[in-house]
Amino acid sequence: MKRTRIGILLFAALLLAGAVAIQAQDVTITYWQYFYESKVNLMNDLIQKFEAQNPGIKVEQVTFPYESYQQKVAAAIPAGEGPDVINLFYGWLPLWVKSGYIQPLPASDFSSDYFKKTYYPFVAESVNFGGKNYAAPTAVRALALFYNKKLFKDAGLDPNAPPKTLDELAAYAKKLSKYDSQGNLIQSGLLMQPDGQGHVWLREVLFRQFGAIPYSADGRTVSYNTPAGVQAFQWYTDRITKDKVGYPNFTTDDVTAFKAQKGAMNVDGSFRIATLNAVKDLDWGVAELPTYKGIKSNFASFWTNAIVQGVSGKKLEASVKFLKFLTSPEVQELWLQKVGELPATPSLSDKYKNDPVISVFLKGLAYAHATSYVDEAGQRTILVDAVNEVSLKNGDPAAVLAAAAAKEQKLISDFWKQ
Amino acid sequence: MTLAAKRAATAYAFLAVPLVFFICVRFAPMLYMMAMSLTDWGLLRKTLHFVGLANYAAVLADPVFLQALANTAKYAVFGAPAVIVVSLCVALLLDRVPRGKGLFRLVYVLPYITPVVAVSWVWRWMFQSPPLGVINAMLVAVGLPAAAFLNSPTQALPSILAVNVWVELGYCTTIFLAGIQTIPADIVEAARIDGASGRQVLGKIILPLLLPVTLFLTVIEGIQFLRIFTQVYNMSMQAMGGPLNSTKSAALYIYQKAFTNFEMGLAASASLVLFAIILVVTIAQMRLFDRKLDY
Repeated sequence: MKRTRIGILLFAALLLAGAVAIQAQDVTITYWQYFYESKVNLMNDLIQKFEAQNPGIKVEQVTFPYESYQQKVAAAIPAGEGPDVINLFYGWLPLWVKSGYIQPLPASDFSSDYFKKTYYPFVAESVNFGGKNYAAPTAVRALALFYNKKLFKDAGLDPNAPPKTLDELAAYAKKLSKYDSQGNLIQSGLLMQPDGQGHVWLREVLFRQFGAIPYSADGRTVSYNTPAGVQAFQWYTDRITKDKVGYPNFTTDDVTAFKAQKGAMNVDGSFRIATLNAVKDLDWGVAELPTYKGIKSNFASFWTNAIVQGVSGKKLEASVKFLKFLTSPEVQELWLQKVGELPATPSLSDKYKNDPVISVFLKGLAYAHATSYVDEAGQRTILVDAVNEVSLKNGDPAAVLAAAAAKEQKLISDFWKQ
Repeated sequence: MTLAAKRAATAYAFLAVPLVFFICVRFAPMLYMMAMSLTDWGLLRKTLHFVGLANYAAVLADPVFLQALANTAKYAVFGAPAVIVVSLCVALLLDRVPRGKGLFRLVYVLPYITPVVAVSWVWRWMFQSPPLGVINAMLVAVGLPAAAFLNSPTQALPSILAVNVWVELGYCTTIFLAGIQTIPADIVEAARIDGASGRQVLGKIILPLLLPVTLFLTVIEGIQFLRIFTQVYNMSMQAMGGPLNSTKSAALYIYQKAFTNFEMGLAASASLVLFAIILVVTIAQMRLFDRKLDY
């Protein structure tokens, strides 16, 4: 008798609990990104908008300093303490996919067809692993040649006619460089910062222009170690060792030098627009990256959003909705206005076709390549060290590049072997 | 309970608190690390396997780790003796200064009490190439060629080393001064009356009596230079220990393995290699200096 009564009570309690759960169907998802003020502020606004459009879903934004972001992620996700939706650099994707940090996006909402229709080709390629798509970006970035118009005028060059070819670039760089009585460089004609954007300019632009495809189509074979690749590499190091128009860490780094008007030209990314706009008295312009033998190339990269492994049920549904929202045309537009990064959907850029700055990057995006990294920092270091071997230790470019290619190949092979 | 036993119990009770603290935050993690050095623990892997001594084999076969060890040896072999010799000279001179001793002492101690990160960045700027660096501006002004300092694979390590010597100088000078002042004046006076020259007083009385202090400082400074990290981290570009790994210390290598590559197992085994080296060096120093002092 007693037992049935307890049973009934339990049953009633369960019903009640169920009813409460249905009534308060609020689901809270967590979004992580690194701290970049304009992105964080915009995200707060976007979350408000999203919550208004989707009653019952709450989004909590958590940010970390860029320096410790990967550490937090590496510590939290395996322990199940991570977020539901996470912002990450596309170069980290192979590692995160392999580590099982993130889950494939549901094909119903994010099919390969959707990616092809919505995004630049390099985006669709970079987020696809084994036929599954893992991340969707809001915005993308590309490179361009930044130049200081005032220093152009001072050197007797036309500030509205930046160099169009690599030969012109080298000649302009010489004219724009200044030295003290001892021959020390005091104004750099072309800033050479391999650990800035220099290594990607070399990797995806110069190598290709000289006729060396840097990697095989699947990204698993390093193929820049050819005579053409050596020529490209030497063209880069010659600017440091022969022409002496710039060298790594000149006045701290390339961005500092350009802001301080100590550097006349620099290859840098669209993410620098806001930084440079904030500098008073800096009259700068951008041009498409100089061509070589008529070949154009560019390096594209992007931060993207993924759903963390283990997120399921209502949270997964909410996360997918949030991701759809983050990649919507409306948000992409806002992202360009508030953060300065370019829309990841090509058609959305149409109205900026005549913008003197943005149009340059848009043109670059049309022929850009994104390296499929397995270890972005490790691969960067290999090319940076290769440049230093030549510029600081008089290494033979051919031998140095061969060693770098072998090192990078080992890194990539080890990654896929495990 | 006797009074002595009571006193001992009180002492143990108070000592227990720091002991528990040390067990929790020092020894337990150390034992854990020793265990982890035998596994393939990585933050990017979900599983953890016992791999025996494979990590040790891997780090000892890594040319970058070997270079980091060689760099660390350079820091210690040149850095520690330089600090000891220079600070001893400074202390002996300061001891003779009749006026303004406090001011001089303050000047020498200042670098030591300044945060290392601040010191590193200020020196990093001073070491810059023309047209920015103060040191190069002075060199150029007197007609000498500009030096690459931190941008050169041969000059970067000595540059960082020099800064660290300058920092440690304050600490060692203070300790040496205290040591000199404990030497009884009557011994020195008696020697003088017996006709000992200044050099004899220094060589036969002051230096031998400073031996315990010197031993202490050698051990401390040896360890300090063997685990050098902050200066290298802050003075090399992008904290990489470059150019071309020329300034990378073992501690920086361990940090990068653990917190950039997330290879905790490898980092743990590299830490234990460094630990073993510091242990051996310290024991050797103690053996060498710790002779019975009986005068």
